Amino acid sequence: MKKDTIAAISTGMTNSGIGIVRISGDEAFHVIDKIYKGKDRLKEAESHTIHYGFIIDEEETIDEVLVMLMRSPRTFTGEDTVEINCHGGTYVVKRVLETVIKNGARPAEPGEFTKRAFLNGKMDLSQAEAVIDVITSKSEYALQSSISQLKGSVKNKIEDIRKQIIYHTAFIETALDDPEHIEIDGYGDTLKGVVENQKAEIWQLIASADSGRIMKEGIQTVIAGKPNAGKSSLLNVLAGKDRAIVTDIEGTTRDILEEQICLGGLTLNMIDTAGIRNTDDIIEKIGVDKAKDYVKNSNLIIYVVDASRPLDSNDKEIMGLLKDRKVIILLNKSDLNTVITKENLKEELKLVLEENFAEEIPMIDISAKEEQGLSEFEETLNEMFLNGDVSFNDEVYITNIRHKAALTDAYKSLEKVLESIENQMPEDFFSIDLMDAYESLGSITGETIGEDLVNEIFSKFCMGK
Amino acid sequence: MKYSANSVWENKDGYDIAIVGAGHAGCEAALAAARLGFRTVMFTVSVDSIALMPCNPNIGGSSKGHLVKEIDALGGEMGKVIDQTFIQSKMLNQSKGPAVHSLRAQADKANYSRTMRQVLQNQENLDIRQMEVTDILAEDGKVTGVQTYSGAIYPCRAVVLCTGTYLKARCIYGDISMQTGPNGLQAANYLTDSLKSLGIKMYRFKTGTPARIDKNSIDFSKMEEQKGDERIVPFSFTTDPDEIQIDQVSCWLTYTNEKTHEIIRNNLDRSPLFSGMIEGTGPRYCPSIEDKVVKFADKNRHQVFIEPEGLDTTEMYVGGMSSSLPEDVQYAMYRSVPGLENVKIVRNAYAIEYDCIDARQLKSTLEFKNIEGLFSGGQFNGSSGYEEAAAQGLVAGINAARKLQGKDGIVIDRSEGYIGVLIDDLVTKESREPYRMMTSRAEYRLLLRQDNADLRLTKLGYEIGLIDEKRYQRLLEKEKMIAAEIKRVEHTNIGTSQEVQDLLESCHSTPLTSGITLAELIRRPELSYEILAPIDRQRKNLPYDVIEQVNINIKYDGYIKRQQRQVEQFKKLEKKLIPADIDYNEIQSLRIEAKQKLTEIKPASIGQASRISGVSPADISVLLVYLESR
Repeated sequence: MKKDTIAAISTGMTNSGIGIVRISGDEAFHVIDKIYKGKDRLKEAESHTIHYGFIIDEEETIDEVLVMLMRSPRTFTGEDTVEINCHGGTYVVKRVLETVIKNGARPAEPGEFTKRAFLNGKMDLSQAEAVIDVITSKSEYALQSSISQLKGSVKNKIEDIRKQIIYHTAFIETALDDPEHIEIDGYGDTLKGVVENQKAEIWQLIASADSGRIMKEGIQTVIAGKPNAGKSSLLNVLAGKDRAIVTDIEGTTRDILEEQICLGGLTLNMIDTAGIRNTDDIIEKIGVDKAKDYVKNSNLIIYVVDASRPLDSNDKEIMGLLKDRKVIILLNKSDLNTVITKENLKEELKLVLEENFAEEIPMIDISAKEEQGLSEFEETLNEMFLNGDVSFNDEVYITNIRHKAALTDAYKSLEKVLESIENQMPEDFFSIDLMDAYESLGSITGETIGEDLVNEIFSKFCMGK
Repeated sequence: MKYSANSVWENKDGYDIAIVGAGHAGCEAALAAARLGFRTVMFTVSVDSIALMPCNPNIGGSSKGHLVKEIDALGGEMGKVIDQTFIQSKMLNQSKGPAVHSLRAQADKANYSRTMRQVLQNQENLDIRQMEVTDILAEDGKVTGVQTYSGAIYPCRAVVLCTGTYLKARCIYGDISMQTGPNGLQAANYLTDSLKSLGIKMYRFKTGTPARIDKNSIDFSKMEEQKGDERIVPFSFTTDPDEIQIDQVSCWLTYTNEKTHEIIRNNLDRSPLFSGMIEGTGPRYCPSIEDKVVKFADKNRHQVFIEPEGLDTTEMYVGGMSSSLPEDVQYAMYRSVPGLENVKIVRNAYAIEYDCIDARQLKSTLEFKNIEGLFSGGQFNGSSGYEEAAAQGLVAGINAARKLQGKDGIVIDRSEGYIGVLIDDLVTKESREPYRMMTSRAEYRLLLRQDNADLRLTKLGYEIGLIDEKRYQRLLEKEKMIAAEIKRVEHTNIGTSQEVQDLLESCHSTPLTSGITLAELIRRPELSYEILAPIDRQRKNLPYDVIEQVNINIKYDGYIKRQQRQVEQFKKLEKKLIPADIDYNEIQSLRIEAKQKLTEIKPASIGQASRISGVSPADISVLLVYLESR
């Protein structure tokens, strides 16, 4: 397999005391030497030593760090490995990783360190099956989340640019294949304007990746419950807290309100839905259907139960929607006379859902009105998303960095196209770098090249014979 | 009816290899097998139709020219024969980069066929037999011989199928349908069933050809003359360029117009495609004129090339106007084209349908995965074009011989030749139309140039045994000269003398402010190795083909190095072989679609697996881990 050098954040993406960026591969020492400023030249340093210094991105000092150096083969992956221990703020760790990538490493695929460890014989063969599972589930997950986390507008823009690239490449290729039918002398002048525009657009995307705006960061969270269960007051309480940052995000309809809330180390994109109930009112029905839709597409469902009223058919319907989702149930109105307990709610859930699944759903008594039970809620959330197998925020940050790397590659390829035009290279040289840019952009939207070019040639241009 | 039981008999001539078909694939396969020392018999439905060119009267063209050069570099015949029989020659894309320069020659069709037939007839170890093969005989998944329409059994140890467009062929225009192969030749109607009974999956493809018209009925004054190149470059590396500077024949360019398109549009309902009479899948790259008019409705004219079919015939080929419209519509539409107002049609345009295979049943050596000793090449494998056919025929013939030699088959990979791209695409990717070679299909085309085909492949040809010692030594000598001259040019410094500045100025090149290497000057777009001769005192007199290589390698150095790095990555995955006995169903984590595709195609390497549509990068990771753990 590829022996290129990979890097990733190997600690969680939380504001903890320390964060570690790991680099592995033949060029690991070369990369660190380019960005490390300290007493020693790390390339010449002994294996398994720790060095104090700074990480520098061009002129700017990013962080004060300890760098641990391990030479092949006595490392986790079996390759030359560097671990940068930096201060744990998510921003700092992210910046360090970006600097590493800028200087020659590429973002690791999910499970790639483990895969390399395995391929280099650093892991027990009996673990093979486990590794295989990790790799598939992780890559499928990463690809899915990477695409789903992309903002619609960004995705459209990338697809637009790709469409233009493939069109122009196909034109050049058709002319080369059928020179007596199609003339392309001087096409460089036309292409120059097109590529300059595309470059500018990609530059904007790279800039927006820096500020995180390229992604829908945060956990898509839906608050569900029948009308008057206390969903809105819960949202207000969470949003009104000092520790919460509230921003209004334009909702798609007036019935669906979305707010971004920071709770503990997590960002939740909270969607307050219309209460779910069977209704004949057409307008309300649209709201309810939308709510069901949101429930289906969320990362987390907070199901608010009104503990002061008996369960009804609407609750049953909501329970059905919880199947195989990440759920927290809040028994609201604990300040009133409650008629529902955790135990009988659990019994009810087991009638609708699989027994084991129902058993595992965390339940918390709260009172939105009296602001009780909220810290327990916060703890449960943290447990769910920060200590679990898949750390959601990690994936968001990593895909963000991966997207940025792909955009940068595409940018560089387009620069090469312009260079070729500038140097008056023949037209066939343009398509080499155009297709590279096309491929880099495709890796963001999850598309491979396959027969795209040939299909475009045939569908858009008339060949002779 | 085929033969009766009484007429079954066994031929005792002791053939090793049987070639079925004598088109461009069959000819190369037969010659390769015989030249490698095996007793070879080649079957054809008509000895008069050996190496027939039933469609366009030319060989080469964009990317196809590359194939011919590669065939020649490996020791094949096509390049040599066209060098003897062309009547016009052109290097296409000369103003573009060297990777897309492509040689194309107009052939004297009859002369080409005759010349190739003479080569075959005089080839030691090779017998030609006019007879239709109706059955492939196999036992325990291994080929044992072929049986003919007459009932004769020819035992042999390997068979190469090169049936072209003849299997259950049907020629169609309007509502006329004839059960014949191209040019009214006899179709082969039995072999398909025999192949099916061996478990081979068949497709039905379609292609077409334009009318042939009488030169004496054409008004050339209304057309533009298309002449050949002033200096002719041969296809074969063995042909002396000085010996082929012939008087050339011209082609002619004219255009369709709105009237032509109207005639076509008004009669679309009479097209056999429209009525559903044609079931086969046609090629998108070679659309009929009616396809072009419908699909590109905004174009108000299409080019029409009138090309001679040979020196001693008055027939001309109407390039760009293939059709399956009824005869009366053909007359009307051709006569609406300037210069063709009074044209006489000699042969109608027609579409042809034929059986071919899903080539994913083949290994990269062109041997069937499930039948040992059975090889195939050419249009039978779902390709189109004479050159594509010849390239596969050559590889299939070589590998049939190597099989009997007990050697591994040769596989040219995608970084080594267009032949590699062609065969890999055919055996890996699903294609629902005849496959045509295109330069855009070659990822590493900057390395796969027509000018360096010998440097890429002649060593392999020598190892196979199709290139003689003399030619091999000449290649080694050429390699040495190129390497030495590149080194010299990179280390020759050019000062800022008046002579240098004058030369630069005369070429509109920026004058020097300090010394520079000769190589760096060559890299300037407006300069070249040859232009700089006056200021390069130490230059020795080198052959043209050496100079060409030096110039290209210096000039495009940056791009070439980049592609070489990509090739290194590519080779790593190609070298990871997948054992033949792998059971994909055993690998838990593969997705179901990937399991199915991998089981069906049985890729030879991880590289090939990664090119199968439906196999994702995650599946490849899983496969790698699984293979390491075995």
